[in-house]
Amino acid sequence: MNLSRKASDVVTTTLDQFELGQEGEIVHLDDNEYTAKLIDMGLFPGKRVKMLMKAPLGDPIGVDVEGYTLSLRLKEASSVFLKSV
Amino acid sequence: MAVERVSLVGNPNSGKSSLFNHLTGLNQHVGNYPGVTVDKKEGFCLLEKGKRISVIDLPGCYSIYPRSEDERIVQSILTSPGLKEYPDLTLVIVDASNLERSLLIYTQVYDLGLPIILVPTMIDVADNEGIDIDFKKLEEVLGCVTICPVNARTGEGIEALKKAMLTYGNSHHSQPFIAIDDFKQTADKTRLLAGSYRPNGKSNGQSTDNAFVPLFFDDPVTQGIETEIRYKKIRRLLGFVISKKQKKSTYSHLTRKIDALVTHPVWGYVIFAGILTLIFQAIYSFAEWPMNLIDDVFFSFSYTVKNWFPPGIFTDLLAEGIIPGVGGVVIFIPQIALLFAFIAILEETGYMSRVVFIMDKLMRPFGLNGKSVVPLISGVACAIPAIMATRSIDQWKDRLITILVTPLMSCSARLPVYTLLIALVIPDIAIGGIFNLKGLVLLGLYLLGLIAVLGVAILLKWIIKAKQKSFLIMELPMYKMPRWRNILLTILEKTKVFVWEAGKVILAISIVLWVLASYGPAKRIENAVNSIPKPPVEEGLAWEDYQQQLNTVKLENSWIGILGKTIEPVIAPLGYDWKIGIALITSFAAREVFVGSMATIYSIDEDFEENDSLIDRMRTEINPATGQLVYSLGTGVSLMVFYAFAMQCMSTLAIVLRETKNWKWPLIQTAYMTLLAYLAAWLTYYLLK
Repeated sequence: MNLSRKASDVVTTTLDQFELGQEGEIVHLDDNEYTAKLIDMGLFPGKRVKMLMKAPLGDPIGVDVEGYTLSLRLKEASSVFLKSV
Repeated sequence: MAVERVSLVGNPNSGKSSLFNHLTGLNQHVGNYPGVTVDKKEGFCLLEKGKRISVIDLPGCYSIYPRSEDERIVQSILTSPGLKEYPDLTLVIVDASNLERSLLIYTQVYDLGLPIILVPTMIDVADNEGIDIDFKKLEEVLGCVTICPVNARTGEGIEALKKAMLTYGNSHHSQPFIAIDDFKQTADKTRLLAGSYRPNGKSNGQSTDNAFVPLFFDDPVTQGIETEIRYKKIRRLLGFVISKKQKKSTYSHLTRKIDALVTHPVWGYVIFAGILTLIFQAIYSFAEWPMNLIDDVFFSFSYTVKNWFPPGIFTDLLAEGIIPGVGGVVIFIPQIALLFAFIAILEETGYMSRVVFIMDKLMRPFGLNGKSVVPLISGVACAIPAIMATRSIDQWKDRLITILVTPLMSCSARLPVYTLLIALVIPDIAIGGIFNLKGLVLLGLYLLGLIAVLGVAILLKWIIKAKQKSFLIMELPMYKMPRWRNILLTILEKTKVFVWEAGKVILAISIVLWVLASYGPAKRIENAVNSIPKPPVEEGLAWEDYQQQLNTVKLENSWIGILGKTIEPVIAPLGYDWKIGIALITSFAAREVFVGSMATIYSIDEDFEENDSLIDRMRTEINPATGQLVYSLGTGVSLMVFYAFAMQCMSTLAIVLRETKNWKWPLIQTAYMTLLAYLAAWLTYYLLK
């Protein structure tokens, strides 16, 4: 598998850094206590995510995941790495 | 195969509860799973004449791997053939507009070897979104599963589903969805921890094929890898099943528009505040008359019993202990029903998750989360439904803190106490020409409650250890019209839980309190009664006066009266005399009893709003020890502060016990609240003396 090399080739941004309206494709998830829950909710490599809204204080955020809306805190979003599409 | 026991599994917001309501109607009840505070929704469904099956609605979940207490129930039931809840047929409800995500749990249940009927819902929503699903194809790619689409809103397709359950043949899934070989090939082997899985608890004969992935993996990393493999396979298969077409309506567009408004930095909070105002207005105006009615009915019932039954200890117990005790439970029903009606509407429409979204950041410094907001605010009406509403908080620590602090919010039962004391000691002056001092004091008491909530929450955040890391990864569902049938069933269910589970504790404590307030050392009461001159005729004003004085001396010399006198040294630093001590003890069960007890103590009619005599009498009360007025400004405000913080509500205690499943928590809560009340009241008296 050449996934690791591929990941280093593309410039990735974590989801918490996204601007409103920005769209990206998930390339990698950090391994931490949120990973399993994030995958359960449909956030896994290959999925396209779009930043929809931010709560009034900037946290949590709301993102579109190919048709449904998920809300997550910045801390949780920071373990999702995306490349721009 | 004759189906006897069916379980419902599916994502939250998938229409699972609506389907459950359609199948069972009023033949449902809520119980508890042993040892945990998860509601167990069970019921019966009539498939055809004479064929009744039991239906269990498992908590909504996204994966078989549990991330909360609710989800753990799903896993433990579906993997334990020995349990009496173990189903012989599982309906997996999938949201057609979110097929990929909803199918995850399906593939997991499938690989457990359980017989399944797949029930797609919200096909109309999917259609509007331009998602076209070929169900024939879906059936094929999923391995010949029975598919029965329903519309959980209208009930369309329910009859066909019942028929499918009735004629359900043996399942024949020989092929696993994810085979162990798949898993070994696809998975990043370096991340796979050796020996981290345990073999599947074989559930039925068909799953003995060792090609099945040995469910379940214990560590989250392997769980994540497995879930990802499942999702990728689902995604590939759905490529053959789903075709995109022109969007018909702008359903999701409308949701985005509403979201922009309700999560706006200014309008978001304005709208939330507006909705809350509306709800409380409604609760106060709609709940008042049924509550008065209940009060009157129980009072006259009590009165009738006392007059028609032969006098004696049993009549007294019935008329003064049991009937008012039951009345004390029933009186809460209007508020509980109304509050839950509104909470259910907020949840059904999808607005509730937006409240969580805009409030989360504000609540986190206090060890609370966005989901604590609605329970806390409901506490302004009544702590009982508020605490029952904390079930939506997934994290135990956040939920426990919310439960422990909610009774500090000034509930409606404190209002009569505040009103009486404000009328008694706060002068009627205007501040700055506009604000009435009485009104400001009342506002101050509400703020005091809120400050205490936040302060205590911070403390508890440091003291209580978390079992799991707090997270808030949740779906923001599309806005929907509420389904009235679901709301009605929620109200019914919550009211039933309160009446049966809290009711028995409340009744028991009210009987104990009645005994303590009605009996005392016999000689002592007799002497006291004989010391009041009896009027010659048994009617007229003099006789009523005599009766009231009789009640006063009986209470003074009862066990509670003696207790009130005993605690006088303890409460003297707060500025209270033994008469207030008696009222504190009698109102332990319910704060509003304070007013009635004061009336009994001073032998006066309790309706202080229409008749000034209680206030006049209290105002002129002189402490024989000091020669000073008892109800000075210091004592009055100190009492208000005491009532703002003290637990003084056994219904709340009973509900806390029910919601925490441990006597420890209601006891700790009573202890800390009483201590807080004592210290704050002492400080107030000391400053204002």
